[in-house]
Amino acid sequence: MDAVATVPPFERFYVEHRDIVLGFLRKRMGGQAAEDAFQETFLRALRAYDRLEHGEHLRAWVLTIAARLAIDTSRRARPTAHELPELPVEDGRPAYAQIEHLADGLPPTERAALVLRYAYDLSYDDIAVALSSSPEAARQAASAGVRRLRSLAQGRDLREQTPSAPKPGRIHDRLA
Amino acid sequence: MTVSPDLDRRFRESATAEGLLDVGFDVVESPIGPLLVAATERGLARIFFDAEPELHLERLARTFGPRVLRSAPAVDAAHRQLDEYFAGDRSAFALDVDLRGTAPFAQQVLGELARVPYGQTTTYGTLAAKVGAPRAARAVGTVMNRNPLPIVLPCHRVVGANGSLTGYAGGLDVKERLLRLEGALL
Repeated sequence: MDAVATVPPFERFYVEHRDIVLGFLRKRMGGQAAEDAFQETFLRALRAYDRLEHGEHLRAWVLTIAARLAIDTSRRARPTAHELPELPVEDGRPAYAQIEHLADGLPPTERAALVLRYAYDLSYDDIAVALSSSPEAARQAASAGVRRLRSLAQGRDLREQTPSAPKPGRIHDRLA
Repeated sequence: MTVSPDLDRRFRESATAEGLLDVGFDVVESPIGPLLVAATERGLARIFFDAEPELHLERLARTFGPRVLRSAPAVDAAHRQLDEYFAGDRSAFALDVDLRGTAPFAQQVLGELARVPYGQTTTYGTLAAKVGAPRAARAVGTVMNRNPLPIVLPCHRVVGANGSLTGYAGGLDVKERLLRLEGALL
C-alpha cells in the first residue's frame, strides 16, 4: 500500500496552486473580485491547514474552497436578489451542502468529481485540473459517482439514514 | 494565469497580520551573503547561512507546524536589527527568541553565549565551565556548530583556547569578518 501523502509546508502548497486558483476565480468573476476571493481562498485554506490529516487531493480541496467563495460572491453581487423569493431548500441547506453530504460514502475521486460537477457546477475541464486528470476521466468519475449514489439510494431509505437529506426522488431529478 | 507580485505580497501580509502562521521566513541580504531568517509568534526562530528556502521548509514545518510561509513582515524586526548590526550601528540584539527544537543542554549553553559581549571573545572551555560542565568543551563546540541563531547568538565570538578561530558553520572567513566588524580582530 502506498504511504499516505503528508501535508506539505504551506509555502509549497501555496506556490503550487496559486496560479490555478486565480485562473479558476478569474473565469467566474471580475478582476478585483477575483483577487479578493483569491486572498480569502488561501486565508481559509491557511486557517484549516494545521487540521489536515493528509496531503491527498489538496488541489480539489483548495478549488472547492474557491468554488464556494465564487458562489457566495455571485449571490451577494446579484443586485435584485433581495426582491426574488428564496429558492425552496427542503432542509435549509443549499444544494452544494446537500450533495456534499449525500456523497460522503463515495470513493474520494468519484465524490470529488460529483460534488464539483453537480454541487459547484464546474466544467469537466476545471474538474480535470482539480483532480490532476483528464476531462474524460473526470466525466467518467462523476458518472460513476452518480450511478453509485443511485444504487445506494435505491438500496436504502436515505431519509432514515440521514434525516436532513432531501428525498431520494429529488436526488434523481437533480442528478439525471 | 500568473499571480502578480502585488497580489502575492498582499496575501502574505494578510496571512501574517491575521496571526495564521506557525512560522514565517524571508531571505535577508547581508554583507556576508543572503541569510534565511525565520520567526514565530514567540520570536526569532532560525537563521540559516544557506538561504535556499526549499532546503529548510520541511524542517521548519516539522519543528514549528505546517503553516510555513515566506513573509517579509514576519521577520521585519530581526531584519532591521541585522541591518543595523552589519552597518556597525548595533552592538546588541533586542529580540525574543524561539528555541523550540533545541535540546535543554544546548539551550543552557546558548543562554550563556548570549551574554558574551560585542567585540569580545571567549573559549569553548570557558563556556563549558559556565554551564557547570568544565570538561564539555567539545560538546559546547557541537552546540555552537548547530546554533539555530548565528550572529544574533554570537557563536562567532567563541574561539579555541589558543586563540585560533577553530571553526564556524558559516565558514571561517565569515567568522573572521564578523569579529573584524566588531573590532575583536585587527
